[in-house]
Amino acid sequence: MNEIFNQIFQIGFFTAVIRIATPLTFGTLGELFAERAGILNLGIEGIMMLAAMTGFSTAFFSGSLWVGVLAAVVTGMLAGLLMGVLTVSLGLSQHVSGIGITLLGSGLSFFFYRLIFGQPSSIPKINAFATVPLPFLSSLPVIGPIVFNQFALVYLAMAVVPASAFILYHTPWGLNLRTVGENPYAADAAGVSVHLTRYQALLISGALMGLAGAFLSMAQYNAYTFGVISGRGWVCIALIVFGQWSPWKSTAGALLFAFIDALQLRLQASSLIDLPYQIFLMMPFLLTIVGMAMVSRNARAPAALLKPFRKEER
Amino acid sequence: MIALRLERRDYTPVWLNLMLPFLAILAALVLCSGLIVMAGANVFSAYTELFLSALSSRFNLVETLVKATPLIFTGLAVTVAFRAKFWNIGAEGQLLAGAMAAAFIGARQIMPAWGLVPGMIIAGGLAGAFWAAIPAFLKTRFKVDDVVTTLLLNFIIFYGMMALLDGPWKDPLSGYPDSPDIRMEAEFPILLKATRLHLGVLLAALATPLVWVLMRHTTLGFAINAVGENAKAAHYAGLNITGVMMAAALFSGALAGLAGVGEVAGLHFQVMAGLSPGYGYTGIVIAMLARLNPLGVIPAAVFFAMIITGAEAMSRATGVPVFLADVIQGTALITMLIALLFNQYRLRWTQRSA
Repeated sequence: MNEIFNQIFQIGFFTAVIRIATPLTFGTLGELFAERAGILNLGIEGIMMLAAMTGFSTAFFSGSLWVGVLAAVVTGMLAGLLMGVLTVSLGLSQHVSGIGITLLGSGLSFFFYRLIFGQPSSIPKINAFATVPLPFLSSLPVIGPIVFNQFALVYLAMAVVPASAFILYHTPWGLNLRTVGENPYAADAAGVSVHLTRYQALLISGALMGLAGAFLSMAQYNAYTFGVISGRGWVCIALIVFGQWSPWKSTAGALLFAFIDALQLRLQASSLIDLPYQIFLMMPFLLTIVGMAMVSRNARAPAALLKPFRKEER
Repeated sequence: MIALRLERRDYTPVWLNLMLPFLAILAALVLCSGLIVMAGANVFSAYTELFLSALSSRFNLVETLVKATPLIFTGLAVTVAFRAKFWNIGAEGQLLAGAMAAAFIGARQIMPAWGLVPGMIIAGGLAGAFWAAIPAFLKTRFKVDDVVTTLLLNFIIFYGMMALLDGPWKDPLSGYPDSPDIRMEAEFPILLKATRLHLGVLLAALATPLVWVLMRHTTLGFAINAVGENAKAAHYAGLNITGVMMAAALFSGALAGLAGVGEVAGLHFQVMAGLSPGYGYTGIVIAMLARLNPLGVIPAAVFFAMIITGAEAMSRATGVPVFLADVIQGTALITMLIALLFNQYRLRWTQRSA
């Protein structure tokens, strides 16, 4: 047992945990902004897919990773805008709209990838983000190499978590957003534009989902593949339930999921347990469902989630 | 200032109701023509290839019907589930469950030859129902969101299937991650000589009116509709919400499972990684275009089968990526959702003083 411990829980393992948690953190916080404003954004999986593609392609041709990241963010925001038109302005079913955006986003990402790159014998690659050791901090023992020798986008995620919490709980706009998600009629009576707030939330939501996609195709991997997201977007939605719609708790959920994912990757590679690798791949998904089953009874979603707001039809 | 606004309709003309899916598809095709232009092809010739290649020969016509078969089943599965507002996004996984059960029974000497076909159908339906029962149980018992669980279960069963195909189910002859072929006697009979038109096509055609009757003219169908429309009212009327929800889930899962049985017993005779190129997700688009009416599922499924069959030919002839078919699906779902709005509302130009 001790041997297994030593073999798995090394510095590199925890570095990987942080890395795996990063796109989940972006995606979860993105979803959180939408849900706290009353919109379930099921477009997440497709938005991440499309953003991973546009980010990668832009970086491939422009030679600049950051321009790629920008393209991914813009992609996400455009998808958020579409979600807004459907669910906010038109008040359509959030479930079906989101699934539509996911189908559309993944379809478009396949279509344009094939259109741009054709079917080359070796897949196109970019020079992905390199790690940026932070001066001084990265030389701290243990914590230095784990937390402070990461990609720039990881640091960005670390900054986005407290920023999101601050915006949601300590700014007037955050209060408005939460009110819109709980009681849009009260917000409206107080002079807050429900529709505008929901659009703003969906734009932030899309931008963060775009960052999640960009991270996967440009930092974690150096290429776009059709399986680049493979369910991570859906996991984010589960993590919010698990984290009770709180940015801190949801991020903790992302770290927990990343821990399990990193563990299964290590076990796969270690040959300590002799099982087909697909069983290991399955584990994080299975445990996500178990986790949801444990917390869902007491989970309280924003009261106006899934409910369109039409002022004249109370 | 002139603005557009939505106004509630007092009544909806019948013709409009019937036209909505066609308008939605037309809008989707117009929108997607932009992509064809971007791909440097002629819109007219690309769409001609996309639609007419499916009708161009007897062979292609049959292929379209064969392709429509799993789509009819998944479309029906989603229809039943969505009627109860059980958000089953898991038809994909339930299809795989049905396929695995069929392949398990079909390839083994555990059943007499005459019992194989019915045995596979029953086992596949049960397996699909079981896989749908898990999220339904979690939803009714622990209030776990069904969208997320049905989606995650798709991944779980896919990885489970691949683990089997890489391990105990690996075909010893080919060495590929494919399951061994099912027995000859387990194969669905062919209905039309020298084609692939198999029994599953007939089963899908028969299942559709059955589901319609069940949803329209039985107590269970009434209960499913009532729970979906207003769970609270249904509860006060004395309906057992948990039971109805569970019944809808089982029924839905069984239908999706049959999609898998047809693919294994009628078409591929084995289970492999590419068994379903997203038939479960296409089922959602089909169910919505059919406006959750079982009878509408057949034309919608045939339409998407045409596109899926025609996409290859279109790609070969014009260079437009085959994935145009996927984009059309996503777009059609969204345009249909918007079209449904005109059922309840109409657009009005209004004058507003600025």
